[in-house]
Amino acid sequence: MSKEELERQTMSSLLSIANAWYDQMKAGDIPSISLPTRTKYNIEYDDTSEVWKYGDKESLRTAATAKSATHLLKMAYVIGFVRQQLIENRSSTLREMYYISEGWKRAKFGAQDESNFLVEDLEILTEVPREGFHLRPEEDGASIYGPMRIKEMTRRGLKTIHCQDDVGAAGYSIPNNVENIEFVDHDAKFVIALETGGMYDRLIENGFDEEYGAILIHLKGQPARSTRRMLNKINSTWGIPVLVFTDGDPWSYRIFASVAYGAIKSAHMSELLATPKAQFLGLQPSDIRDYNLPSDKLSEKDVEALNAELTDPRFATDYWKKQINLQLEMGLKSEQQAFAARGLDFVTKKYLPARLSEMGII
Amino acid sequence: MVLADELAKQQRSISVAEFFEKNKHLLGFDSPTRGVITTIKEAVDNALDACEEAQVLPDIYISIKKTGTDIFRIIVEDNGPGIVPAQVPFVFGKLLYGSRFHQIRQTRGQQGIGISAAVLYAQLTTGLPSIVISRTGAKESAHRFEIQIKIETNEPDIISEKPFEWDRVHGTRVQIEFKSTMSAKKKLLEYLKYTSIVNPHARFRVELDDEAFTFERVSQEVIACPVAIQPHPHGIEFGQLKRMAAASEQKLADFLIEGFSRVGKKTAQEMCEKAGLKATAKVSGLSADQLKALLAAMQEVSVPAPLTTQCLSPIGEELIRRGPASVFSGHSFVVEAAIGYGGKLPAEGNAIILRFANRVPLMYQQGACAITQCVANVNWKIYNLSQQGLPMGPVLILVHVASTNVPFTSESKDAIASIPEIEKEIVLALQDLGRDLKLFVSRRDKNKVAEDRARAVCAIIPELAQKVSEIVEKPLVDTSPIEGKLMRKLIAKKWTKDGKITIEISNYTGYDGEISVYDISQDNAADAVPKAGFVTEVEGQFTKVWKVVVAPQKVWRVSYSGKGGGMLDVRGIEDGKKMVVDLDV
Repeated sequence: MSKEELERQTMSSLLSIANAWYDQMKAGDIPSISLPTRTKYNIEYDDTSEVWKYGDKESLRTAATAKSATHLLKMAYVIGFVRQQLIENRSSTLREMYYISEGWKRAKFGAQDESNFLVEDLEILTEVPREGFHLRPEEDGASIYGPMRIKEMTRRGLKTIHCQDDVGAAGYSIPNNVENIEFVDHDAKFVIALETGGMYDRLIENGFDEEYGAILIHLKGQPARSTRRMLNKINSTWGIPVLVFTDGDPWSYRIFASVAYGAIKSAHMSELLATPKAQFLGLQPSDIRDYNLPSDKLSEKDVEALNAELTDPRFATDYWKKQINLQLEMGLKSEQQAFAARGLDFVTKKYLPARLSEMGII
Repeated sequence: MVLADELAKQQRSISVAEFFEKNKHLLGFDSPTRGVITTIKEAVDNALDACEEAQVLPDIYISIKKTGTDIFRIIVEDNGPGIVPAQVPFVFGKLLYGSRFHQIRQTRGQQGIGISAAVLYAQLTTGLPSIVISRTGAKESAHRFEIQIKIETNEPDIISEKPFEWDRVHGTRVQIEFKSTMSAKKKLLEYLKYTSIVNPHARFRVELDDEAFTFERVSQEVIACPVAIQPHPHGIEFGQLKRMAAASEQKLADFLIEGFSRVGKKTAQEMCEKAGLKATAKVSGLSADQLKALLAAMQEVSVPAPLTTQCLSPIGEELIRRGPASVFSGHSFVVEAAIGYGGKLPAEGNAIILRFANRVPLMYQQGACAITQCVANVNWKIYNLSQQGLPMGPVLILVHVASTNVPFTSESKDAIASIPEIEKEIVLALQDLGRDLKLFVSRRDKNKVAEDRARAVCAIIPELAQKVSEIVEKPLVDTSPIEGKLMRKLIAKKWTKDGKITIEISNYTGYDGEISVYDISQDNAADAVPKAGFVTEVEGQFTKVWKVVVAPQKVWRVSYSGKGGGMLDVRGIEDGKKMVVDLDV
């Protein structure tokens, strides 16, 4: 979809909400709006798109109480504000919008959480990600390094960037709005998304990207929306496999889950943000055993989290059951950088080639 | 000489005046600060009692003026019946001289100590005599006295007495000058405010140095003066019984029936039987042992509580809630209680407790008072109030104990003693109020839902309409049909815009709304269109009233310039059929 087309669609979706209210009021009815219930009890797995989405439960917000009426009024102000941004081709951060709302009298936001939540509501209603509203998230996108070429529309015009040749040692910074990126070409066989900056830098320093034709993405812990959108787009545009390489503990498995299946908070965006074909590379509990890695004992919280994952539908595969049970049995966890104990080259020369061939990637 | 003889030389009777000179705290004169309040309290109590007896609406003037570094002149003047000149020296110049001590009925003062104690205190601190002017009627001339107390003998010492030209037809004025400070000014005003709460028929005018305050009367009804009654058999003590018996010429049964309240033939018969005495026996001939047996019998036989309508003066249901009359040690009493919630009461902290005894506010020793303990003993949590000892939140609790003899913890009359009978009634009255409060709050919450809806429809939806119309670039959509459809009521709205206040009444009911619109705010609405039918001002707040008839589906509107705010009300239509919304809130 071209940028202009996206803008047009955004505008018309927003206006359709306002129009519906206008018509309701004109007919003498109290304006209302229907939204999916946004709790984990209303998350369902969608077989066709292979991602987790909101289910059928909807709640109707009617402006018959002061609270709901105020909510609708705030929504109207946000729609008005976004419409103005689209007309003037400007953008602002969520925080900036929160401060702008100071002048909205009764529709002013009490806290930033409220404005974030409201924008998410609008995303659900319009099926347009917030970037389409010219609203930038506060969190910065992560970086990417590898044999690929993109075109980005910047303030200084359209730029073509090669993510190895045209970038610094830290790589290319993923912009907030990935929709503005055009994917030109690539020479990559797979993508590795890495939890820690240490491992990302290690792989770049060791020239792993060049040697194996790998695109490296730094996730920076729980990945930002733009990072997940980037992974989704690379995967869907070029069809190259995405692998997730994290620490070997229950919390890191959840990072993988959010890349592959999506998060509750953004379940309405799962189709755009999740990469259902993403595979877990490591660090696997079996790696701790097989490579005899330096490790820590599992804490009580870790054990609880592992047990919770055993009943989580997202981990309901034989592979995960085997790995999680093994980890519980050992009572151990390791960080991905623990491979350094076997030498700085071990991870790039031994572990990754072995694991990748085992997965059938190389 | 033996030691006992020597001691005997020093032993002599002590004058009451001497005793109180050494025990000032018993009378509430323990500090100079308290002296002012105690004096005013005693003088006001007397004035109110006197007016009540004379059946006049009390008009009481109080003045406090500084005359020296720490000398204050206190004047209390009333429009009561006055005191005959022969009595004046005794009322003001002799401790324990009073008209009410021997009567069984509710009065504020009881023992006749209060005002003479103030005279004594003045004499001790400044050496100045107190000045009393009193007049008993239009035909009599007023008399002016300068009085002190002979401390050794507790007899009045009249320094001067002369007729006096006074513009009052009847009344009493007392002027007492003593050492004090005005650091308790706030407490004093509080005392007067509370006194005026429980004496709605009285007007108080106060001059405090240069400041003047008026506590206006709210009721024009004279309180019926309590009537003295016979002692109740349960409250009698041996000494009193013996005195009464010795003075009686009657036969036992008649003595019981006529000498005591609520004793009839049957009860008298029962008492005689229990005591093993003949009903026809001469009372004066009974021996001490027989009297003891009679006393025991009188306590044993159940006798209904005294008729309180005669001897007690409750404040009345209009103002506060009354409990059933009851009796302790033969003194009848009634507990009245009221509870206030919300409004301007502070939302945080302990509840405010107002304690009254015989229409007199109790200002000190809150913690030592039975009322406070009862308030703390009630479990307010079951009435949805938070509680840490005392209940918390925007709550005011008023308790009035009216009795023919209020049991105070001391003569300074600051706190009511813990008498189980009284405590029981207080707790019951409070629990009753707690249940009412709970009901009230839950009803109010229900009303809140309706108000909340009105706010949404009348204030927020119009704003939504404006914003949405702006977004879709269409003409402003009119939301009044939504209002009408949803509310089916008469809706009054008030808003301020650009220094212009508009009040709009929309009638969505099916019939004519004949109503009065009350708008109370700081604006005088002089340029109102249409003009208000009626405008009054009280302390800078203008009450504007428009009488209008709004036909069904019609709208009436008024606007004027001003600042807005204040309060809007619509009367002449039942509560369920109207909705008042302030759009500026």
